[in-house]
Amino acid sequence: MNLSISLTVNGVRRDVALSDPRVTLLDLLRERLHLTGTKKGCDRGQCGACTVLVDGRRINSCLALAISHDGADILTIEGIARGDQLHPVQAAFIAHDGFQCGFCTPGQIMSAIGLIGEAQAGDDPERVREGMSGNLCRCGAYAGITEAVLEAQQRLANANRRRSA
Amino acid sequence: MKHFEYVRPKTIADAIAAAAEPGAAYLASGTNLLDLMKGGITRPDRLVDVTGLPGLDRIEHLADGGIRIGALVRNADLAHDPDFVRSYPAVAEALLSGASAQLRNAATVGGNLLQRTRCGYFYDTASACNKREPGTGCDARGGENRLHAVLGWSEACIATHPSDFCVPLVALDATVEIEGRAGRREMALEALHRLPGDTPERENMLEPGDLIVALRLPAEARAFAAHARYLKVRERTSYAFAVVSATAALRLEAGKIREARLALGGVAAKPWRPHQAEKLLAGASPDVPAFRRAAEAALADAKPSGDNLFKIELARRIIVRALTLAAAGTPARIAALPASPFASVSGALQDA
Repeated sequence: MNLSISLTVNGVRRDVALSDPRVTLLDLLRERLHLTGTKKGCDRGQCGACTVLVDGRRINSCLALAISHDGADILTIEGIARGDQLHPVQAAFIAHDGFQCGFCTPGQIMSAIGLIGEAQAGDDPERVREGMSGNLCRCGAYAGITEAVLEAQQRLANANRRRSA
Repeated sequence: MKHFEYVRPKTIADAIAAAAEPGAAYLASGTNLLDLMKGGITRPDRLVDVTGLPGLDRIEHLADGGIRIGALVRNADLAHDPDFVRSYPAVAEALLSGASAQLRNAATVGGNLLQRTRCGYFYDTASACNKREPGTGCDARGGENRLHAVLGWSEACIATHPSDFCVPLVALDATVEIEGRAGRREMALEALHRLPGDTPERENMLEPGDLIVALRLPAEARAFAAHARYLKVRERTSYAFAVVSATAALRLEAGKIREARLALGGVAAKPWRPHQAEKLLAGASPDVPAFRRAAEAALADAKPSGDNLFKIELARRIIVRALTLAAAGTPARIAALPASPFASVSGALQDA
């Protein structure tokens, strides 16, 4: 059985020969492509540390079989900054102390980028908290995370307005 | 995880042939199945990936006014479809009260219907479980069981069905379309899931190879759109399964209830529709005494399966509250905390 797949990861095409269909998208990113920014927390879809964007949508990469995602476009934490210029969500997490130990942070940031793209929460803190409930933070940095997401959402909305004006 | 063969058929006929073999299982998004496989609870020899099958990811409006939802439509796409939210607001609210945004982006409509119970003893392979290994017993009976079933359970199994989505769907007479070795057939969603009896390992009416291809809601279900709610009590505000949930949908005419629909989640091995309680509401005034009579009828046959007597009165109160919310009218926009009892709505008693 041919288990080779092609993915676009952070804008770069990657061809990967899988030795085993059991490989999750998370393990492929970390172990095969050495993109270790995406974290393995619970590995069971409960903590959100493994959140990445697949075809623009945030999902838990630990509950996705790599073989099932042949042809997918993947965006991970390594692919969001432009050189030394941080993504607005990254900058907002630093400005608002949206983390302490940092382990959940890549998942939080990718989830926040997904949330902002979904355009359901707007500037309502309650909707942001609800929309981010799939990302756990053992350090309890939730207050800063919510502030960071709200600020980044505002900044991206303003940038979009400027672009379309 | 046990090793498995992976196949990705291009046609429904090939999928059915591949999945009809012993040891085969369908894989859609895998948000539940991969979790079960990682824990060794489910150990398929072959995964038949249905995500490449054509035509199953569409929401179609039918000529008779109904709606047909392909089995591969993602939960989030359905919950945010503007026409769907307008027409079936309680279903959208239930979807948004389940799991997390990441899981809803991946999980499919068909997979939601066929997800397995989250009973801790089913998940723990060191425990006895008649559902996981028939004939081994049920450690939930004498264990931590305050969240287990109060309706339709048996000595063999006291697990509950975890879906939120299914609760308003059964209340609104949803139908599932199934393709199998004998061709296409359909059945009421209410008839899909089985009560445990002596065979808790048989959770639904599907035969080997059967594939749910679509879900339909009839045109009549739209008539409840102005007065339809889902209410879900959880042990934390978000990202938790129901302790008890209820959907209530009303058709009001001249200040009276013309028709009522009710269903409960978190109380049985299937989404539970109390038809007798619905009948009591027809013709009644939409007030708390009538709602309480309906709630009493809905739970008339309930009995605790362990340390869960509280769920019976909780279910009654959630029915009254859901009916009160439905009578007050569907909000223009789904609340920030979907289905949450902590969202305040004028006219509803917060301690009901």
